[in-house]
Amino acid sequence: MARINLEHIRHAYGAKPKSEADYALKEVHHEWNDGGAYALLGPSGCGKTTLLNIISGLINPSEGQILFDGTDVTHLATQHRNIAQVFQFPVIYDTMTVYDNLAFPLRNRHVPEAEVDRRVKEIIEMIGLGGWAKKTARGLTADQKQKISLGRGLVRSDVSAILFDEPLTVIDPEMKWVLRSQIKRLHKRFGFTMVYVTHDQTEALTFADKVVVMYDGQIVQIGTPAELFERPSHTFVGYFIGSPGMNVLPAKIDGATAAVGGESIALGFRPKIKAGATTELGIRPEFISLGREGMPVAITKVEDIGRHKVVRARFADRPISIIVDEDGEIPAEPHVTFDRQAINIYADSWRVGEEA
Amino acid sequence: MEKTWNNNAWFMVLPVLVLVAFSAVIPLMTVVNYSVQDTFGNNEFFWAGTDWFQDVLESDRFWDALTRNLIFSAIILAIEIPLGIVIALNMPKKGIGVPICLVLMALPLLIPWNVVGTIWQVFGRVDIGLLGRTLAALGINYNYVQNPIDAWVTLIVMDVWHWTSLVVLLCYAGLVSIPDAYYQAAKIDGASRWSVFRYIQLPKMKRVLLIAFLLRFMDSFMIYTEPFVVTGGGPGNSTTFLSIDLVKMAIGQFDLGPAAALSIIYFLIILLLSWIFYTVMTTSDAKG
Repeated sequence: MARINLEHIRHAYGAKPKSEADYALKEVHHEWNDGGAYALLGPSGCGKTTLLNIISGLINPSEGQILFDGTDVTHLATQHRNIAQVFQFPVIYDTMTVYDNLAFPLRNRHVPEAEVDRRVKEIIEMIGLGGWAKKTARGLTADQKQKISLGRGLVRSDVSAILFDEPLTVIDPEMKWVLRSQIKRLHKRFGFTMVYVTHDQTEALTFADKVVVMYDGQIVQIGTPAELFERPSHTFVGYFIGSPGMNVLPAKIDGATAAVGGESIALGFRPKIKAGATTELGIRPEFISLGREGMPVAITKVEDIGRHKVVRARFADRPISIIVDEDGEIPAEPHVTFDRQAINIYADSWRVGEEA
Repeated sequence: MEKTWNNNAWFMVLPVLVLVAFSAVIPLMTVVNYSVQDTFGNNEFFWAGTDWFQDVLESDRFWDALTRNLIFSAIILAIEIPLGIVIALNMPKKGIGVPICLVLMALPLLIPWNVVGTIWQVFGRVDIGLLGRTLAALGINYNYVQNPIDAWVTLIVMDVWHWTSLVVLLCYAGLVSIPDAYYQAAKIDGASRWSVFRYIQLPKMKRVLLIAFLLRFMDSFMIYTEPFVVTGGGPGNSTTFLSIDLVKMAIGQFDLGPAAALSIIYFLIILLLSWIFYTVMTTSDAKG
């Protein structure tokens, strides 16, 4: 169990980074709480695995320091950091039995055999491989193998943190739910710090207390699922989280009103905007209501996805998405209104607050 | 489901069939033919039955040569397999060192057998050879022409020099196919260097090692050219392997019948031993 401090960490894979673009990971400076469940969410290539490997010590950062409970571990080798990591693809020791696979990390650390036996038996039941203990790991299916990988991470009770690198990629959807809730339960019980890399927003949102959204080598927002949904601090977070993502429309801001195309929309506040910035208005499809009043839109397509309908439309000559209830009515001459509370204003892609 | 018979398919396999017939089956049958008959030239043959086989199996000459073969192969495998693994483990995995090492490793394999023999024959000579002269200057009494032990050492060192590369290259191919995640997981699990080798690298190399083992066994068991060039089977009969004996018998003495019988016995021994090794190694593989 440990608090993790990332102090001005930057990383470049090339030897001599010249410009900002050479960094796979741009400056990261954060504190992650002891016992927290963090999900690192972002598209492929955004630097989330790099950050994870820096925490586990598989990569030494080009710059900056990493602290576990205030102790500098930047140059400490992986084996001495007391962390566990589960990889995207199952890593198992082919020639060992399932039992020995799980006992391996403990035996390497000279844990007494009675304790090894107790812990391994507990984990083996938990991952549902009870009947397989004496079988060699070679003949197992991909998700059984991945369960062993997970088990090897969980078997050490004293770890500072467990890191998961998209561990459920190879698992069947149904099994994903089971494993995810097992991991959550374990986290509650043992209270280890948990960092979970994924590109699946559902996974991140259901799993973590805090979601760390990464984009292009930097952390764009750390927040609870609700914060990410209601107040995305970067337009990328808006796009990336939500299905469909946030509507982002170019807007001219004048005091407390935003002009989108020919329409002018009243805002509840006066955004603080530097001169010359590109400004945009963001509104989630959930907060647009379709009716006979408001601003006119032209509907292009209606997708019925079960519990609700996604209406694709053109508003001020821009495509927007609107979520309408399953039994919601779609009028012949459709108009939209935006929920004022749910409007976010962005300057150069970053969310801006109220003018002081 | 009804199977479709298409006799045209036979035309497709015919070239291979003809090739294999001429390169393997027909020569082998010719040998079988010689082994059960006796001839005094003039293309006249007399039925001899299993006489030649009995002669061969009862002769000390055969058993002595076979023993030499087995000892030679055992020594070769005991040196080349571990040495090959060690070298492969220590070869660079990335960077400019990789092609350099690979080319260096491949060099001995590119040299024809008789040239390898000649190189070592000259290299070891006491009068003009670099090795022979150096050892003599160091006060070591080395002479592969007179001393059987020295002859054996020369042949073994030569074979190690020539063929360890093959084991290295095969093992290296097995090693580079291991994903990084395995090494990373091992680090996280706190595995020692030995555990990494024992539980990750060795299991992943198992298949290529089986191939390396079989190739080196068959090749060393059939060794002919190098000892023929270096020692000619001597001193005395100390390096007369089955192959050398066979050639002496067939071409030197023109004893075609016994030579043919010996060929077949030799062939069956290699086949049998290879099959045993293969079975043992693959069943242990299945059991894990």
